[in-house]
Amino acid sequence: MATVAAAGAHEAHEHAHYTTTGLNHRKIAMWTFIGSECMLFGSLISTYLVYKGRSVVGPFPHEAWTSPTGQAFKPILNIPVTSASTFVLLMSSLFMVLALAAVENKGKPGYEGLLGASKFWLAATAAAGATFLGFQAFEFTSFVHEGLTIRTNLFGTSFYTLTGFHGTHVAVGVLWLMTMLFIDLKRGLEPRDAINVDIMALYWHFVDVVWIAIFTLVYLIK
Amino acid sequence: MATSSAISTTASAAPQPSVQSGLWSWLTTVDHKRIGLLYLYTALFYLLVGGLEALLIRTQLARPNLSVVSAEMYNQLFTMHGTTMVFLVVMPLSAAFFNYLIPLQIGARDVAFPRLNAFSYWVYALGGLFITLPIFFGLAPNGGWFGYAPLSGPTYGGGYNMDFWVLGLQILGISSLAAAFNFITTIINMRAPGMTLMRMPMFTWMSFVVQFLIVLAFPVITAALFFLQFDRFFGTNFYQVQAGGDPLLWQHLFWVFGHPEVYILVLPAFGLVSEVLPTHSRKPLFGYNVMAFSGMMIGFLGFGVWAHHMFAVGMGPVADSIFAVTTMLIGIPTGVKIFNWIATMYGGSLRFPTSMKFAIGLIAMFTIGGISGVMHSSPPSDLQQTDTYFIVAHFHYVLYGGAIMGIFAGIYHYFPKITGRLMNERLGSWHFWLNFIGLNLTFFPMHFSGMLGMPRRIYTYDAGQGWDLFNMISTVGTYLLLVAGLIFAYNFFSSRKRGAVAGNDPWGGATLEWSIPSPPPEYNFAQIPEVTSRYPMWDLKAPDRTASLEHVHPSADDIAAAHAVPVHEETERRSAKELGIAIPFSTIRPFMVALGIIIMFSGLIVLHVGEFPLAMAAMLGGSAFMVGSLYAWLTSPLE
Amino acid sequence: MSTDRTHADHAHEHPTWKQYKWVALWLFVITVFEVWAYYVPAFVASKAFVPTLIIMSAVKFTIVVLFYMHLKYDHQMFRRLFTGPLIIAACTLVAFLFLFSKVRIG
Repeated sequence: MATVAAAGAHEAHEHAHYTTTGLNHRKIAMWTFIGSECMLFGSLISTYLVYKGRSVVGPFPHEAWTSPTGQAFKPILNIPVTSASTFVLLMSSLFMVLALAAVENKGKPGYEGLLGASKFWLAATAAAGATFLGFQAFEFTSFVHEGLTIRTNLFGTSFYTLTGFHGTHVAVGVLWLMTMLFIDLKRGLEPRDAINVDIMALYWHFVDVVWIAIFTLVYLIK
Repeated sequence: MATSSAISTTASAAPQPSVQSGLWSWLTTVDHKRIGLLYLYTALFYLLVGGLEALLIRTQLARPNLSVVSAEMYNQLFTMHGTTMVFLVVMPLSAAFFNYLIPLQIGARDVAFPRLNAFSYWVYALGGLFITLPIFFGLAPNGGWFGYAPLSGPTYGGGYNMDFWVLGLQILGISSLAAAFNFITTIINMRAPGMTLMRMPMFTWMSFVVQFLIVLAFPVITAALFFLQFDRFFGTNFYQVQAGGDPLLWQHLFWVFGHPEVYILVLPAFGLVSEVLPTHSRKPLFGYNVMAFSGMMIGFLGFGVWAHHMFAVGMGPVADSIFAVTTMLIGIPTGVKIFNWIATMYGGSLRFPTSMKFAIGLIAMFTIGGISGVMHSSPPSDLQQTDTYFIVAHFHYVLYGGAIMGIFAGIYHYFPKITGRLMNERLGSWHFWLNFIGLNLTFFPMHFSGMLGMPRRIYTYDAGQGWDLFNMISTVGTYLLLVAGLIFAYNFFSSRKRGAVAGNDPWGGATLEWSIPSPPPEYNFAQIPEVTSRYPMWDLKAPDRTASLEHVHPSADDIAAAHAVPVHEETERRSAKELGIAIPFSTIRPFMVALGIIIMFSGLIVLHVGEFPLAMAAMLGGSAFMVGSLYAWLTSPLE
Repeated sequence: MSTDRTHADHAHEHPTWKQYKWVALWLFVITVFEVWAYYVPAFVASKAFVPTLIIMSAVKFTIVVLFYMHLKYDHQMFRRLFTGPLIIAACTLVAFLFLFSKVRIG
């Protein structure tokens, strides 16, 4: 579905054409897409919550577990690591708004220095996104080493699916950011390109917002 | 871009052939009208497929203990009949009208994203083949169109059959979602100056509501299907009871999607008859505001009634009561529509061409389906009816008597706009009456066989249970429907060549699509019209009908920005180039992206066969092809 | 609807670094509180734990949407396109929690 979003998001039919509301076509489509994504993540989160505490065997997210064979498992979620990755993703949203402001105000007074450095902020956002993905890869591999795969129990099934879907969205966002950075490096983004950055930023912040919900509902609430 | 060409008022000539022809032009077209035609032809083809599946089902059930087809094939037939009719026939037929009519009705030259539009069609067309072809190898989905877990899961639904269903529905979902984003943007942002939301034609209104239903309902089935897909392909535990999973989760997710889906199927047909009835009653639609709001109400309440499909699973008295009440509530806006249609005809000067017959047929037949629906909104009553032929009777009155009848009304009404020629009325009348009689012969007896306890989906039955006669009548009715369908097909194809020339406005329509030539030129409107009321063409041709309605001119800024001129009849045909109108370039890339998606999904089937390297090649190759084509698409200019 | 054009895109001013840094600070502070709450056993055991965490999360969610996604400053059309689906998604989620007895009445 991210494909669909990207496809819609880049198709410009409105330049120099009359529009009823004066709004940008793609921005309307992006907000519609985000509404649709609310239902997708709503379904995924509902499923996680419905299945919370229904796993027949461990390992469990917040409780220790000893298997019938006597093997001991610690609570599997690593809150310090995930708090760090959450912090990185939150900061990426700050970098994203600064990238948008830099493109929107390019050449204006007050935006000569770092605040106008769109390439820097785009690169920083992409790097923060990639770091988040790195944390997630670390988390997934260490869970697998500790004995939790997507097949192990209902927790593994619903946890990997929910966070995996979110991670895929982040990955698409990073790809999008890098494409935008590539364009900026090649020809320089101008204030007239701001709408493209704006639409990408909406997607990026939405992915961040979903993580805010996941962090609380999956990681913190026992 | 503005043009000052004088609009000649000479009589219209015979319809001209399309400028472009040939396979390549169809593969690369981004014109909403041609894409609408592609949807129409493809969906009519699948209507034949789904109809033949129904014919085989009914032949098997004609008499007790027949074995016309094997029990396994029977399962595949009823699964594919439902899946085909819902996802490959009624939704795409509605999409054909969305494509063709929405831009014409709101005074636009195309949809907001023409290439995304082509992409939606190709995903649908290829996805339809993906899910339909397996039946020729006896590998078609066999777990019902609702795919209840765990029957659709790996334990009880092994083999490839349900793989095709799970993946096929994912593919078709992409198509519907892409189209919905496109139409929402189109309706919000491409209305001509003065075309306020409360002046939109009722078909566009109902389409608008439907797009939101798609946008909100499809992600839910997408999630549910991903779970099922992961269970089947990766051994996860979503619907695995031994791991603590709950098959009811599937039922809930499916019906959170499935109930809005019912309105996705029927609201476009409601929109079409809301165009046909006022035109042939020569009177404005009764209670326009109420019609629009009841459409929104149906859409909103449609998300709060899903569990009435599940009363029999034992949700407890509180949940049962809540869903019973919301279900009864949703009958109110639906009933309001019925009364408004009747009031529209009341006191009008009525004409009865075929489209009007179908529209009135819809009112009658949908009412029967609606009333039986209110019957099983009550849980105690539903417990007697659930999973019997009574339910089959109910939803066929709603979907055949509602959606299909409305779509036929739309086809007869808009055929002259699409082809420039009228359909034959005498054959149309035969089609209507045979269809009407056939429909009632087929589905009315099912109320009785259902009440006598005949369960749905059974392969065959023993004699002496009181079901024999009703089943025989149903089967005879189905054959009558086949005859009606053949008459329609003959009429459709022969009228394209030999029908009477229609001109711009054969019916005296009220809305903008009737102001332009038939078939419309590729740019639709040489000059964007300035709209001042709900019935712009009646303002022009029959001002007495609209004298009492509000007329407000759009702001001068808007008129100037759109280079709009007052509503007028356009009869001259000139090329877009002569008029200086920019037309989007044809492009193959949306087709290629769609193809990449199909290859990617096919890889999963190959994975199930066990050919790991080939599967990875298909999935990675398909993804790379898709992403590459997507980048090529996005970096090429639109027009 | 035609008058909507007067409040077209970017007719408003987006906030700047001055607001953005405060938003970031708030997000950071709330996150610190959330994680801190997780490590206080007495609080985790109390009835206030789950509601407090959900409220903090909702506040973060809201300020990102209002300020970073500019919904506070943008056209009302966008607000409708987002809040409508969000409400339906939230209601569906809550309904699921009741239907699967995760939450009980009384």
